Amino acid sequence: MDLHFQGPEATPDEKAAVDTVLGPPTSAWSGGARNLEEEGRSTLLGGHAARAERHLLLPVLHAVQSRFGWVPPGALDYICRRLTIPPAEAYGVVTFYHLYSATPQPASVAHVCDDIACRIRGAESICLHLERTIGPEGSGGWKRSPCLGRCEQAPAALVLNSGESQVAVSLAPASATEIVAAKSSAEHVPDGFESLRTSIPQFGDKSLRLLGRAGRVDPGDLSAYRRSGGYAALARAFELGPEGVIAEVLSSKLMGRGGAAFPTGRKWEAVAKAPGRPHYVVCNADESEPGTFKDRILLEGDPFAVIEGMTIAGFATGSSRGFLYLRGEYPVAATRVQAALAAARSAGLLGEEILGSGFSFEIELRIGAGAYICGEETALFESIEGKRGEPRNKPPFPVHVGLFGKPTVVNNVETLANVPLILAMGGEKFAGIGTAGSSGPKLFCVSGMVERPGVYEVDFGKTLGDLIAMAGGVAGGRTLRAVLLGGAAGVFVGPDKLSMPLTLEDTRAAGATLGSGVVMAFDDTVDLGDILGRIAAFFRDESCGQCVPCRVGTVRQEELIARLRNGETLGTHQDELALLKEIGQVMRDASICGLGQTAANAIESALVSLDAWPERKESR
Amino acid sequence: MSEQDSLWFKSPPPPHHPPEPPVRKAPEMVAITIDGAEVRIPATATILEACRSVGIDTPTLCFLENLTPVNVCRICVVELAGARTLVPACSRQIEPGMDIRTDSPRVRLARKMVIEFLASSVDLSTAPQALEYARRYGADSTRYGTSRESDTSHDRDTRLPGHHHVPEGIGAETVEQPVKVDNDLYVRDYGKCILCYKCVEACGEDAQNTFAIAVAGRGFDARISTEANVSLPDSACVYCGNCIGVCPTGALMFRSEYEMRQAGIWNESKQTSTDTICSYCGVGCTLTLHVQDNRIVKVTSPIESSVTNGHLCIKGRFGFEYVHGGLDQQADG
Ligand SMILES: Cc1cc2nc3c(=O)[nH]c(=O)nc-3n(C[C@H](O)[C@H](O)[C@H](O)COP(=O)(O)O)c2cc1C
Ligand code: SF4
Ligand code: SF4
Ligand code: SF4
Ligand code: FES
Ligand code: FES
Repeated sequence: MDLHFQGPEATPDEKAAVDTVLGPPTSAWSGGARNLEEEGRSTLLGGHAARAERHLLLPVLHAVQSRFGWVPPGALDYICRRLTIPPAEAYGVVTFYHLYSATPQPASVAHVCDDIACRIRGAESICLHLERTIGPEGSGGWKRSPCLGRCEQAPAALVLNSGESQVAVSLAPASATEIVAAKSSAEHVPDGFESLRTSIPQFGDKSLRLLGRAGRVDPGDLSAYRRSGGYAALARAFELGPEGVIAEVLSSKLMGRGGAAFPTGRKWEAVAKAPGRPHYVVCNADESEPGTFKDRILLEGDPFAVIEGMTIAGFATGSSRGFLYLRGEYPVAATRVQAALAAARSAGLLGEEILGSGFSFEIELRIGAGAYICGEETALFESIEGKRGEPRNKPPFPVHVGLFGKPTVVNNVETLANVPLILAMGGEKFAGIGTAGSSGPKLFCVSGMVERPGVYEVDFGKTLGDLIAMAGGVAGGRTLRAVLLGGAAGVFVGPDKLSMPLTLEDTRAAGATLGSGVVMAFDDTVDLGDILGRIAAFFRDESCGQCVPCRVGTVRQEELIARLRNGETLGTHQDELALLKEIGQVMRDASICGLGQTAANAIESALVSLDAWPERKESR
Repeated sequence: MSEQDSLWFKSPPPPHHPPEPPVRKAPEMVAITIDGAEVRIPATATILEACRSVGIDTPTLCFLENLTPVNVCRICVVELAGARTLVPACSRQIEPGMDIRTDSPRVRLARKMVIEFLASSVDLSTAPQALEYARRYGADSTRYGTSRESDTSHDRDTRLPGHHHVPEGIGAETVEQPVKVDNDLYVRDYGKCILCYKCVEACGEDAQNTFAIAVAGRGFDARISTEANVSLPDSACVYCGNCIGVCPTGALMFRSEYEMRQAGIWNESKQTSTDTICSYCGVGCTLTLHVQDNRIVKVTSPIESSVTNGHLCIKGRFGFEYVHGGLDQQADG
């Protein structure tokens, strides 16, 4: 590799920001002092050692972005020198993630959610207000954002103020005035953990298993966690041995909670047996599916449970290193997880020889930079490796070729939070909770037009109607028009499906999905066409752009929805619907990853089960 | 201690007979079914290779023998019994017992849509292969409306990832943008780019190892870009032209070809091509000289050449003007 740098020199400030992550440079090549004696030894200079550090690209870009509000070219060149990355590739990475900016922007940017749950709760009027007070969206200062994972308290906004120490203010419910005020705050103290209670309507219910600690036990206090039963499961895991742990997880019939519902035990078993070394554990906390916020509540409210689950996964699969990849829009969760990792480390629950077991395990927190696609497991690996989040073609599967090309177990936050429960109560007993095909407790993210939106924990088997009733029914006693199950990648169902049990088997039989546990309710005042337009825009914005069916198909789908909405169809209405179907078909059949494969689902389901745009009525 | 022992190495005994060449194991053959017929194929083959070996012409756009498959264009998809989605033939390894359909209605629809999507968003006028596929699969790119005249069509290089403004008119968005003419050797017309990643691969690990270009941006706004979108002379480009050699659409084009096309004098039917060996250095690269009206108009190298694999350097690729100098002198004299 023959790197060529032409950009401006990095300023001392820019270098300092980079060095906070990479340490001071060790050679003249990478911007340090000339030291012939050292540099004579070529191992110190770039080469393999530096290229092996490529995975630090996102962390170091975060340091620069949060310091300057953008990534100046001099800083980018300096990073490339330090990590031996071709500048064109690094530019490709910066321009992939929407929380980075390769062009100057104001020091403070408000990211205002205009996604589904927020737009039915006044997001547009916030945007209008900001347009008047701050200026048009493109001028900097504020941007529209996809779902920020705070839908239960919609509308939401995230204000990022760059500077010596970045200030991140997450607002929900947000108002335009608060957003403007937050843009000039130089300091921000987030609410205490007790504030989570407003997001957990069942708070105080003694039978809660996954949400039992959230809002009650201080997430920063390791001994409080242990007093409430924490880390007993890890001790039990050490008694059982790796095979014993996998046997328990297999018998629990735990299915992944990230959307694909793959049996967790089988995944762990495959990694444990995979010949390549080392093995890795990855916790997928990228939670960006519109309407999903359960993982945030687990990480903000009970981070040690997830860490304990990851540690057990590491022990069972013979891994010594884990990564927790958290979406960049969750500043509070990031702080709490970072603190919990430090506490676990200093108590000997992470690091060398955990609890004298001979097992060593380390977890690193990695922060995403704004890209829904990075929740797809292989895109997530690429992102940790310091690349654009472009999904890989499968096979090979992550259990064989995963992070850094090694066997990797990747699990959702909620999946891992179930693991300590399984070890504490035994796999068989866990399997007894719920239904035959769906075991255990399940978190549902209930939002939209219900009286009490929030995260709900139920044993599998409750019906959709039960859940909506638990949330107090449709707000204001209005009539239910539709429910979105599983998020933007999920499907709409009509009120006729209220008696459907929310289990994997029943939703599958009904052609629906649980996806990530989204249950978003819409009453009869909602403009469905507007919602479908937003979903189409979401996929167009979030497609990685790699494969043709999804890169172009999401654009054509969005254009077609716009035509249906404004009644200017090409050919007849029927022609348009037929074309929509063909677009959906090729995206489903020929896209590389789940994003393209599901990008037409919600829209098609709205046409089928909600009769959106019946022929005679024009738009809506 | 004998003198022999004091040596720190022992020389090998003189050979009794010339060494045997290593025995190459015959590749293991596995049975798969393609379009209903059982065939036996070497176990290491991809579906594409298997199809080709039985004479089935599978369309490809992002695949090239001398590059690592990126499987992004999806025109090569085939139907595999038991698989939820179609699979890319170019990268998928065969497995014993696979049952593959290469011309089912699902396959035909997917291929038609892929080429329609490309034809409706990209200028394919200099991409004969893609146009041939469009005919073969009956693609009709007008189904998406006429290309959208949008006031943002020229800002593709600076588009930000994430939120965009929702379309208002009824046209189809395209990747149209001005041609980049910033050096004497070749032009970049990304309005013709199907984002097949081939140039990036040829510039990087698969051939040139220069990494002057990469994919930037996201989604429909993804594009091939130099660092910070600087012009080629300011970039790391060394003008090997290997990206031009692999580009399937004419988005990357010799300046000589571009100018002749502009002037309306490019005429492939009048062109001849002659293979020769590059005279600049001792490597011995095969050059194919494309000649029109007794002048070299571009230089390529055969992909089958064991010396070049189709790749060259700046001298072999662009250093042909001196030939014309000789001709011109002859003409003058
Ligand atoms: C476009 C896309 C986005 C995804 N986003 C997430 C996510 O945010 N969180 C998550 O856990 N899984 C997500 N997944 C699913 C993951 O690929 C993977 O299946 C999951 O992390 C596995 O964990 P589990 O077995 O515990 O469910 C996504 C998948 C796709 C295709
Ligand atoms: S389906 Fe979409 S998101 Fe997935 S790889 Fe293809 S372009 Fe990227
Ligand atoms: S001419 Fe060579 S160095 Fe320049 S961009 Fe093309 S492949 Fe890369
Ligand atoms: S410029 Fe040519 S080779 Fe490069 S991605 Fe575009 S079409 Fe492919
Ligand atoms: S936070 Fe706005 S839709 Fe989820
Ligand atoms: S040729 Fe196979 S995906 Fe492009």
